Amino acid sequence: MTDLKTDKSLYATTAHSKRRSAAEKRFHRLGLAAILIGLCMLGILMTTIVTKGSGAFQQSFATLDIDLLEAKLDKTGNRDPEDLKKVTTFGYAPLIKAAVEQVVETHRIETGLKSKDMAAIISKSAAAQMRYRVLDDPSLIGTTAEFKFLTNSWIDGYLKGRVTRETIGNNKNVSVEQLDFVDRLVGLGIVEKSFNMQFIFGADASDQRPEDAGIGVAMVGSLAMMCVVLLLALPIGVAASVYLEEFAPKNRLTDIIAVNIANLAAVPSIVFGILGLAIFINTLHFPQSAPLVGGLVLTLMTLPTIIISTRAALEAVPPSIRSAALALGASKMQTTFHHVLPLAAPGILTGTILGLAQALGETAPLLLIGMIGYVATNMPETVTQGLLSPNSAMPAQIYEWAKRADPAFYERAWGGIIILLIFLITMNIIAVTLRRRFERRW
Amino acid sequence: MHSQSLKISARHVNVHYDKTHAIKDVSAEILSNSVTAFIGPSGCGKSTFLRCLNRMNDTIDSCQVTGDILLDGEDIYDPKVDPVQLRAKVGMVFQKPNPFPKSIYDNVAYGPRIHGLAQGKSDLDEIVKQALRRAAIWDEVKDRLSAPGTGLSGGQQQRICIARAIATAPAVLLMDEPCSALDPIATAQIEELIDELRQNYAVVIVTHSMHQAARISQKTAFFHMGTMVEFGDTEKIFTNPTDPRTESYITGRIG
Repeated sequence: MTDLKTDKSLYATTAHSKRRSAAEKRFHRLGLAAILIGLCMLGILMTTIVTKGSGAFQQSFATLDIDLLEAKLDKTGNRDPEDLKKVTTFGYAPLIKAAVEQVVETHRIETGLKSKDMAAIISKSAAAQMRYRVLDDPSLIGTTAEFKFLTNSWIDGYLKGRVTRETIGNNKNVSVEQLDFVDRLVGLGIVEKSFNMQFIFGADASDQRPEDAGIGVAMVGSLAMMCVVLLLALPIGVAASVYLEEFAPKNRLTDIIAVNIANLAAVPSIVFGILGLAIFINTLHFPQSAPLVGGLVLTLMTLPTIIISTRAALEAVPPSIRSAALALGASKMQTTFHHVLPLAAPGILTGTILGLAQALGETAPLLLIGMIGYVATNMPETVTQGLLSPNSAMPAQIYEWAKRADPAFYERAWGGIIILLIFLITMNIIAVTLRRRFERRW
Repeated sequence: MHSQSLKISARHVNVHYDKTHAIKDVSAEILSNSVTAFIGPSGCGKSTFLRCLNRMNDTIDSCQVTGDILLDGEDIYDPKVDPVQLRAKVGMVFQKPNPFPKSIYDNVAYGPRIHGLAQGKSDLDEIVKQALRRAAIWDEVKDRLSAPGTGLSGGQQQRICIARAIATAPAVLLMDEPCSALDPIATAQIEELIDELRQNYAVVIVTHSMHQAARISQKTAFFHMGTMVEFGDTEKIFTNPTDPRTESYITGRIG
């Protein structure tokens, strides 16, 4: 067949084939570059978050032996809890001062500081910490007890390298002499950095005590909201999808409903926030800043996501399974519940977890129902309290910290982001694992 | 051979999908203890007609069936009839084997379970065993009843599906091209099985293979463009068809 036009060696290249393979290579390289840029960004993001936020998980503590003088704490001497409660934190503060003076004396520390300024390196939360412990255990009065106090956030910043002798200038909160003093205490092992449980499990603190602030209460708020979302969005979403997918007639009306659900998924989350404000707070008079309301708003926001993923999961179940069940004399409901739903379950779960993760990180709708700006200082004690008493949520807490002036809060905001990301990554890993494990092989 | 009696009688059946007239005035009689084959080119309506016999067309919204289909003298499209009960009496096997992604045992036991046919565990075990025996697959799967049905070969899966269909003790077994997804060896096994099933059931089979129809059926109906062109003894249809269209089809000139 030598008369064919393509009668050329396989080794020969033409201008056309060269151009074509060059285009292939170019596209290949572009794709690779895009991936690399993406990975770079991710790397930068992760490094920044970890370097800026890891500080929040470490905190400087000062360990002091405090003489809990009976004369100061229980003048009557009968350990009556009511009398003990009358002694405010102001009554405890001098004890700290005395303990610091004691340290200076025993270790012969040379310092020009007044004892008031020496004691100032300890956090303002110290007196309250002592008071709670004494109220819990009045037998401590009259003894010497060891306390591990947080240091002031400036001192903490100094030990972490955030605050330096050069940068403090004429900062009123901290002086060079105090830093010298802290250096001596560090040398003596009285002040040291250790892991900060308080940050993970503790409550938020006021502007003056960044060292005392923790994300624990906000975490409980977030978890309460997630429970509400899960309990409402999952059943409603699955019921809606099953009805739309399996039972509803396929007509214009159901098409319109389906399109609008898809549209709802794209509605900015703040719109759901203002809807929640109008309906749940202004009309139904639910308590403000309550995780219940937050949960309801996030439910509205998550529903479209869950419905869309559930419908996709139901659609992926082969029709042959439905025919098989129907042909055996199963009713439509039996077919759905015995065969279709179990097969769609992994997809539904995956969608739900991703929806929850999205809701967990959502900040904007919480703005409008008062969960942002609320200083979550009290750990709820009961489930009802957890749902109804005002609280914050993790992203709201992070936003709140980032807003405050003190750089120590800034560090906590980054730390909070690490915790939030750990939650989100865990949820995503669970979703991926579920999908992998239960993926159907038809 | 058991005596043959009238099982299903269809009279003037018409099926419409929206504006398409899919089945045009088809009448047919299906006898018990025999195999009836529906043949014809693609889109001729043979599967649609088959699906009328157990009201599987009900699941399609736009599908409308008129005319009478009597099963043992009772109109299956009567408003009093629950299609769910009907489908337990008229079993169906599909083109592509479609076992549930469950164990072999659960596949076969599903029908008896939802219809409450078994009195207890041992009763159910017996029903499953019988169904698998009749479907000629018992020996191959008796040691792995808890293995997933989807893990078997295509031919085995199809026999599981047949076992599943006969486990609800139907009177009629509808088969919609049951061998088209199978290799020749599995096809031969299924054909042999169909011949045995004839002893207990009225079997209606839709097939694209004229050889298959000739091999296994006693009655054959030839469908063309929604009408039933010819219906009669298989031997006569294949050797001496009355209608020229039938002759053209079986000799390979149309279809």
